[in-house]
Amino acid sequence: MKVDRRSFLGLGLGAVAGIAISPVGAKLTDDSSIWTQNWPWTPVPPDGKISYDQSVCTLCPGTCGIKVRKIDNRPVKIEGRDSFPVNNGGACLHGIAGIQYLYDPSRVKTPLKKNNGRFEPISWEDAISLLAKRLGKIRENQSPDTLACITDTDLGSVAGLFRHFMAAFGSPNHVTMPTLESWLALTAQTLHGSGHTLGFDLDNADFILSFGAGFIEGWGSPVACFKANASRKKRDAKLYQIEPRLSTTAAAADRWIPINPGTQADLAMAMCGILLQENLFDPEFATGFKGGLNRFNAMVQQKYPLEQVAATTGISAADIKKTAIAFAKAKMPVAIPGKGRGNGAQSLKEFAAVHTLNCLTGNINKKGGTFVKPVHNYLAFPDPVQDTVARKGRARKKIAASVQELVTKVNQSDEPVVDTLFVYNANPCYTLNEPMQAVKAFEKIPFVVSFSSFMDETALSSDMILPVSTFLERFEDVPSKAGLASSVVGLTSPVVDPVFNTRSPGDALIRLAKACGGTIAQSFEWDNYETCLKNLVPGIWKALSRDGYALVLQASPTGRVETDFAFLADNPPTIQLQGDFDLTLVPIDNMRVISTVPASSPFAIKTVSDRVIKNKDIFVEINPQTAKGFKNGGFVTLTTPAGSAKVRLDFNEGIMPGVIGMVEGLGHWFDNKYVSGKGVNVHELISPVIEPGSGLDAASGIKARISKA
Amino acid sequence: MIQDKKAHMFGMVIDLDKCTGCGSCTVSCMAENNIPFKEDESNKKDSLTWMRVYKVSNGKSFPDTQTAYLPRPCQHCGGKGDHGHSPCVTVCPATATDYGYDTGIVSQIYTRCFGCRYCMAACPYHARYFNWWDPVWPEGMEKYLSPNVSPRMRGVVEKCSFCYHRYQLAREQAYYNETDEIAEDAYQTACTTACPAGAIIFGDLNNPSHKIHQIVKPDPHPDPLNHDVVRKSRNPKVFRLLERLGTNPKVYYMSEREWIRKLGDSYLNGEWEKVKNHYGSASHD
Repeated sequence: MKVDRRSFLGLGLGAVAGIAISPVGAKLTDDSSIWTQNWPWTPVPPDGKISYDQSVCTLCPGTCGIKVRKIDNRPVKIEGRDSFPVNNGGACLHGIAGIQYLYDPSRVKTPLKKNNGRFEPISWEDAISLLAKRLGKIRENQSPDTLACITDTDLGSVAGLFRHFMAAFGSPNHVTMPTLESWLALTAQTLHGSGHTLGFDLDNADFILSFGAGFIEGWGSPVACFKANASRKKRDAKLYQIEPRLSTTAAAADRWIPINPGTQADLAMAMCGILLQENLFDPEFATGFKGGLNRFNAMVQQKYPLEQVAATTGISAADIKKTAIAFAKAKMPVAIPGKGRGNGAQSLKEFAAVHTLNCLTGNINKKGGTFVKPVHNYLAFPDPVQDTVARKGRARKKIAASVQELVTKVNQSDEPVVDTLFVYNANPCYTLNEPMQAVKAFEKIPFVVSFSSFMDETALSSDMILPVSTFLERFEDVPSKAGLASSVVGLTSPVVDPVFNTRSPGDALIRLAKACGGTIAQSFEWDNYETCLKNLVPGIWKALSRDGYALVLQASPTGRVETDFAFLADNPPTIQLQGDFDLTLVPIDNMRVISTVPASSPFAIKTVSDRVIKNKDIFVEINPQTAKGFKNGGFVTLTTPAGSAKVRLDFNEGIMPGVIGMVEGLGHWFDNKYVSGKGVNVHELISPVIEPGSGLDAASGIKARISKA
Repeated sequence: MIQDKKAHMFGMVIDLDKCTGCGSCTVSCMAENNIPFKEDESNKKDSLTWMRVYKVSNGKSFPDTQTAYLPRPCQHCGGKGDHGHSPCVTVCPATATDYGYDTGIVSQIYTRCFGCRYCMAACPYHARYFNWWDPVWPEGMEKYLSPNVSPRMRGVVEKCSFCYHRYQLAREQAYYNETDEIAEDAYQTACTTACPAGAIIFGDLNNPSHKIHQIVKPDPHPDPLNHDVVRKSRNPKVFRLLERLGTNPKVYYMSEREWIRKLGDSYLNGEWEKVKNHYGSASHD
């Protein structure tokens, strides 16, 4: 057939008409639009009944009440619990992101044992019996003191059970991580005698003098502090912030007083001197002073003359005086110690000097003041049953008073001083200054058992991991701490069954004790942790289980307390920053990054600014004046006596010239792509410096330099 | 403008003097609205954050520098004269985003969106985000997703909805209770309830009994100098972002600090001096 122009056009038009009339086109379009709107890979969350469970968050020492929204049995959202005595509604970002920890990619899903450097799953029964056998051998060798234990705190029943276990086992070697609470308790002990701790009534104080405390950046109980700060304007309460950089707290404060890093203690001493010299102290309160107020006064006037302190701190003498007088003349002044979050390396001298300012004003145990509170022991632990081995071991000398010291002792000694080490809810292989020293020590200790929910640096460095349930999967009593004015115990209760093969740490320990047999088993006669907890808190269990919290001290302490100036009157030395470079590196506490245990959640890391982390690189804050010759955002090598790292520069007018600030809580190296491998752990660049007065690490910074990368 | 007295006008005022930049609002929003996360979220242009907290500075050098934080949800613009012609709504070819005349909320319907991103270009506040990838949750984490908000798929735009699902729940609850009123605390966004500092206040701008109305004191008359601008605050400490554009956002900001208020718009030399003292509307005093 001949195709001419006419038939070609005819066919073409016919085809066009055919296609236009045919339903196929419309059908295909319809199908494709339906198909493109089917996303089978996008989850459809199942619907169900909405309910709310109450619990208490344990991610930080803040003790906030939370309510967990559930759809059937799935927890979907955490929010702050209204009418809870600490936070009263509202929660911080870490608490809100708390459900992510349930399914965190780095969770330990089953007990693990390291064989030839690799973790292999093991059943709970095998893990417990293996561990019990090992512990039995230690006791057979009459050396129960070679079992050591590190816990995050010494408060609450879980830490109490570890202490109870160590007592029954016969080892004195239980040490805890340095927290704001432990520093406050040590300060209270130094100035007011043991059995005390400090609480600050920041909701009512009308003048807060903060010596670098990240008042709205995670210091103390964060949500309670946020609320106290938010109500400042209404109450006409002042906040003065003394620190080297314009932190969020400094930016929100009525005044920011930049100070040379590491000189806060000297400033507080000089301010004490001004108060004494100008007769601005409370004479009535001074009658409770012991240990030589006069001696203290003489020492302060002699060793901390205003002009000299002005030179050390970089604050003008007039300004120091003005600030001290404004503080003393306020009706309800409170001075708060603790740089950043107030945990980790801090200085006892600084804490004591700052608290002495509180003592001098006499605003102690009064509304809007500082409370010197008795450490209320609401836990009724039975006496541990001890055999001769235990009694002998207990009587031996403690290897170390702190985790830092333990690490040093293990590394320095040729013989194994510790045979087996328990670590609970602590990550010394990441949080200590020079954390690789802890990793080295853990390698040297023959057997490290980590009671951990996550495969963090410390878990990776251990030989056996007993996976513990997260705070959403278990019971626990949570005493308020970290400078809260009220003395509350909250109850964490399980809102969901354990997602993995994990147990509550209390249950793990009770089972271990039973497997050990003998007097240890006799010391742990509880069937499980839940009954144990009920037995331990007979007085408050009813309130705890009904309300989710119980007040252990009904009223705030009142009356005068004795104050002993002996420690400060001896003028303990101020810790000098290590190294002889020109610049100073200081860690920055950023509210959005957790610097302790657990590590930040993926949501929290998502909120971190791109001027802190960009791709995998960390930025350090530096004043443009200091960084002359370098480019904003450019890479440099940051070197300190402890090591060096490649970082990027963030030119920042809010930091003193000569100071470099690096955010804490980054640079993790465990396996979690959302959180780890981002930036540098600032503690790897800081060497510990032991403060003579406390025996604890007080290195809050280190000398540093930057060079072209 | 809708004359129906019953029409709501949901809005928000954020006290920048109370805001601590902690990020609780951002995380609460992400947890509430099934917002996913990726391995690397440091490229903020593709990081889905309906509520983003910006850090702002007065630009001065040490030691006079000052900083503050500015949380930015979708501003739920009413458009010029508040007629519902929001910048994003007017450009959407798919009617995937629409203005709710009964609530003042700008919606986003994911299944209608075909990802042209005109709305993102039109939005003066960078409040809209594009899903360049399908959301992926680590194994098990999809168990915490909320059934109230559908997870989005790649190729669509998303943004803050003022937690519209919470409004729906509150409405259902009101229906169940056989009332017409939705109480102030019955409908609050996730960021509002999360804020530990109490810096965010949410409510109905049309309802004089609501806190937001009392703080913002919205002017019933258009700005005499610019008739496109309505609902201007009569509180001299309250401002809106890029107010003079006439987008009429329903998110207000509040600060006692002048430099922060000045950052709310771009002013030519000397312009700020003219407006700063009669900042609200000309009729407010």
